[in-house]
Amino acid sequence: MYDIIGYCEAETVSEATALLAQNPNLRLIAGGTDVLIKMHGGQIEAVELLSLRKIKSLAEIRKAEDGTVVIGAMATFTKVFNDPILREVIPILTEAAISMGGPQIRNIATIGGNVCNGATSADSASSLFALNAQLKLVSQQSERLVPIREFYLGPGRVALKPGEILTEIHISPADYQGFGGQYIKFAMREAMDIATLAVSVVCKLHGKTFEEVRIGLGVAGPTPLRCLEAEVYAPGKDVSVESVAEIGKLAVNSAKARTSWRASKDYREHLVEELVQRALKTAIVNAGGEQLV
Amino acid sequence: MAYTVVGKSVRRVDAVAKVTGKAKYTDDFYERDMLVGKILHSPYAHAIIKSIDVSKAKALPGVEAVLTYKDLPRINYATSLPGMIGDVLDDAEDEEERIKFGTAGHPYSLDPSHRDVEDRHILAKKARFVGDAIAAVVATDELIAAKALKLIEVEYEVLEALTSTEAALKEGAPLIHEGRASNVLASGGFAIGDIEEAFKESDHIFEGEYETSIVQHCHMENQTSYAYQDMDGRIVIVTSTQIPQIVRRVVAQALGIPWGRVRVIKPYVGGGFGNKQDVAIEPLNAAMTLAVGGRPVKIELSREESMTDTRTRHAFKFKIKTGINQDGKLIGVHITAISNTGAYASHGHSIAGSAGGKFRYLYPTKALKYDPITVYTNLPVAGAMRGYGCPQIFYAFESHLEDIAKRLNIDPIEIRRKNFVEVGYVDPVSKNKVTSCSIRECIDKGKALIKWDEKKALYKEQSGHKLRGLGMACFSYASGTYPVALELAGARIVLNQDGSVQLQIGATDTGQGSDTVFGQMVAEVLGLPMDMVHVLSTQDTDISPFDTGCYASRQTYVSGMAVEKAALEVKEKILGFAASMTDIPVNRIDLVDQKIVFKHSGESVLTLEQVAMQSYYDLLRAKPITSDISNNARINAIPFGVTFAEVEVDIKTGKIEVLEIYNVHDSGTIVNPKMAEGQVQGGVSMGIGYALSEQLLFDEVTGKALNNNLLDYKLPTIMDTPDIGVAFVENHEPTGPFGVKSLGEPPTITPAPAIRNAVLDATGVSFNRLPMNPQRVFEGFKEAGLI
Ligand SMILES: Cc1cc2nc3c(=O)[nH]c(=O)nc-3n(C[C@H](O)[C@H](O)[C@H](O)COP(=O)(O)OP(=O)(O)OC[C@H]3O[C@@H](n4cnc5c(N)ncnc54)[C@H](O)[C@@H]3O)c2cc1C
Repeated sequence: MYDIIGYCEAETVSEATALLAQNPNLRLIAGGTDVLIKMHGGQIEAVELLSLRKIKSLAEIRKAEDGTVVIGAMATFTKVFNDPILREVIPILTEAAISMGGPQIRNIATIGGNVCNGATSADSASSLFALNAQLKLVSQQSERLVPIREFYLGPGRVALKPGEILTEIHISPADYQGFGGQYIKFAMREAMDIATLAVSVVCKLHGKTFEEVRIGLGVAGPTPLRCLEAEVYAPGKDVSVESVAEIGKLAVNSAKARTSWRASKDYREHLVEELVQRALKTAIVNAGGEQLV
Repeated sequence: MAYTVVGKSVRRVDAVAKVTGKAKYTDDFYERDMLVGKILHSPYAHAIIKSIDVSKAKALPGVEAVLTYKDLPRINYATSLPGMIGDVLDDAEDEEERIKFGTAGHPYSLDPSHRDVEDRHILAKKARFVGDAIAAVVATDELIAAKALKLIEVEYEVLEALTSTEAALKEGAPLIHEGRASNVLASGGFAIGDIEEAFKESDHIFEGEYETSIVQHCHMENQTSYAYQDMDGRIVIVTSTQIPQIVRRVVAQALGIPWGRVRVIKPYVGGGFGNKQDVAIEPLNAAMTLAVGGRPVKIELSREESMTDTRTRHAFKFKIKTGINQDGKLIGVHITAISNTGAYASHGHSIAGSAGGKFRYLYPTKALKYDPITVYTNLPVAGAMRGYGCPQIFYAFESHLEDIAKRLNIDPIEIRRKNFVEVGYVDPVSKNKVTSCSIRECIDKGKALIKWDEKKALYKEQSGHKLRGLGMACFSYASGTYPVALELAGARIVLNQDGSVQLQIGATDTGQGSDTVFGQMVAEVLGLPMDMVHVLSTQDTDISPFDTGCYASRQTYVSGMAVEKAALEVKEKILGFAASMTDIPVNRIDLVDQKIVFKHSGESVLTLEQVAMQSYYDLLRAKPITSDISNNARINAIPFGVTFAEVEVDIKTGKIEVLEIYNVHDSGTIVNPKMAEGQVQGGVSMGIGYALSEQLLFDEVTGKALNNNLLDYKLPTIMDTPDIGVAFVENHEPTGPFGVKSLGEPPTITPAPAIRNAVLDATGVSFNRLPMNPQRVFEGFKEAGLI
């Protein structure tokens, strides 16, 4: 039994933002796979829900004229995984999608809910970080685009203002064209698990050197994060085992790992170093480079 | 031996009902106006309730009753029903005046010294683990009940939490149970031969220490029950249990009422694995219905509650000292064990006892000394779990033996072959005799399946960060508990007018498929097709024949004896009746294919249906044919088996992947090969979780569980489970019905040591602590200098 005291549904974004403006106590529900769990656990009580599931336009995935990939917040992980555009241009996102939960969860859980839930372990987040994704936030009064790195404020805390809804996730062509990538979800199980460490790497090559490398990590700190020190180091370096090893080492400097009963700091940092290298090696091949041995 | 139905993979009798959702589990039954019961659990591992104020909870609309330790039956007070709880309700503060009871699913013993420790109240005044039941609410719905729990005001005096056996055993440690001399629940094992002499005779002495973790059953269906008082004031409890007869007895004991005043009904059960061989929620459920005038009240534990507030597997710490000769012959073994039983006794020292008892059969040595102690701690209560101490002891010993083989440079399979038991061996303690043993053939089969020799040669030269290795481990077990406990089973058969039969058994099918194998046994004896045997799956203590229940891998062997006997009696009566109808001497006829036939020619004399109709309606002779049998099995049979595993270890991340795994069992006749294969696969997957990922974790200071949910507790999913190979060496067991030995628990025993030994083979590192999860393995490799 859930402690739900009110429920309404919107059919358009403007209807939803209007309802939100009227009643600030409304809690948005998309797939419900985080919200309902919180209610079940008693973390939130006496909830009034506003469902977004009837807003069909929010489930679309498309490529805009300028090449920007636009992912509707209500796209489910199953949809993300099967989407032909994403498969072609940003496969690291579809890899992230299929690594998430199990089939039932992927059929209902949305990418918007994943991001708005604010968890460092969100499987879409490290890839969206590596891709410099931007989030379109809409309220009755306004509309803004926020870079995902500014969206995560702390564990479970995001930069949604009262009355705002996430409608779309944008990835611009400059951030994906010519890049190869790789997503590694390191978890204790092959399904139905939260990552111990999530690593998403994209890279662009210039001949035998790196032109650009971007590394997103999940569960390496209280929010998803980028390994800027390693990213600054990479451009112009030879694509070699040595420079990949150095990038792995530098990535550890950006991680904010700590010891918990789930894993020790030592082990987490070791994983960052190792898995960043593994992901980068595959990303190099996906970017058209030669396999490093 | 040639059988027609036994040995065939007939379809489970409940298959269609289960896949179509028609099979009803406890939660599928409704009573009108059913109330909901919820439990307030202690947030402290060790604390005394100074005061408890339930007035606000009681005042909440929709709350029908609130119970605390003050509302429990007092010793010798409860004599009449209904309204008993009200009658005895007073505010005596002394916990000791309230009835204490034991919860273990053991048959009652007439010998008081052999009974389970009675150390528990329905609701506690002193909390002994985080989760201990402190108070309970009965309300009109779940949300109101949950809100009412929050309104109960409890003032605790918090005591030091003893979250390890070391802390509990320390001089001057606070007592978890007042009035005891220490926190040791029990100790004592056995000694065969003179261990010191044996060590002196041995060429080598080896010592090792091994540790297993607390894990949980994670049966699909959480504990669920509902209770009400019937028209006569008797308490009826419908519950998801392995042991209806024992639940009845324990509820009556806990309430201090005559046993006949309780009726327990067991519908379909969604798994138990030993956790439901214990009485966890039913006494409280009974108290709840009494508190509301007998109205129906339901308790449905959440996963979080089920994982910490019912039972867990005992964690063991072993020290083993072994004397062995140069050629690998074991001379003397000394095992000491500390078993962590948590806050209450439950099955207590029986687990440690069973571990040593079942271990004895595999490698008889000149001297074997076993010194276990079982210790109370302020952690959740450990009870029965599949294998009953054996996954622990075989993990320890099979790891130890592997290390010895490596040190002596003897092939790990050869060292085991040198020491295996022989048929005819009589165990000096139990006096049980090994009447069949195919462990050697099991090993041959397993070796071939995994391509042992080929791969061993291949993996000699490996490089890179992914290394492969092979390992194996062996076990012995038992078929039931004889001679430790009573092995009584009952079966009842009724021949219907159409020549079909009803079979009623007291043994409970909790998902493992016993209903089907009993049906096969009856079909075999009576020459019936399976669809002419109607097995009643529900056990009802008012109606079903007496049987102690589902545990100890006993039912196919022990209850099977009763079923066979009942079927033979019906057959005899059918033939007798046919003889009286035809005047053919009974020794000339037989029952084949639903016909009475001449033995000499096979010529049909009558149909079974004709006999059945006459037995009901013949105006003179009518006497329906039935049997109602009880069988006291004063015998045991020892099953054996082996696990072979191949792993790949990622040295850099500490991840172990099981590439191939085979379990080969010597369980006598396999009654239903398809179902047996499923039983083994389930058991092996449980063993893989035990080896690699599962562990209930607790805060060392507060004793609070950190991961009592299925996200944080790493039960393997199907994606983490390799294809599990299953094989049997079928060797007719002379003492078993149709030649069977047990198979229920054994599959879980050896995957962990086999995987551990394969990791040793791959990496040279011995992991002597379970589970071997990536964090631990990383630490081990770091220590070994591999990273
Ligand atoms: C069994 C199980 C397995 C899981 N496995 C994984 C896993 O492997 N990896 C993983 O990352 N997660 C996992 N999750 C968590 C969860 O499924 C995901 O975070 C999911 O993406 C949440 O999406 P949802 O649509 O269900 O969100 P909801 O629960 O509906 O919402 C989540 C939060 O976001 C807010 N919200 C939702 N949509 C919007 C919007 N458009 N604008 C503003 N706010 C919004 C809601 O108010 C709420 O606070 C799992 C959950 C379960 C139950």
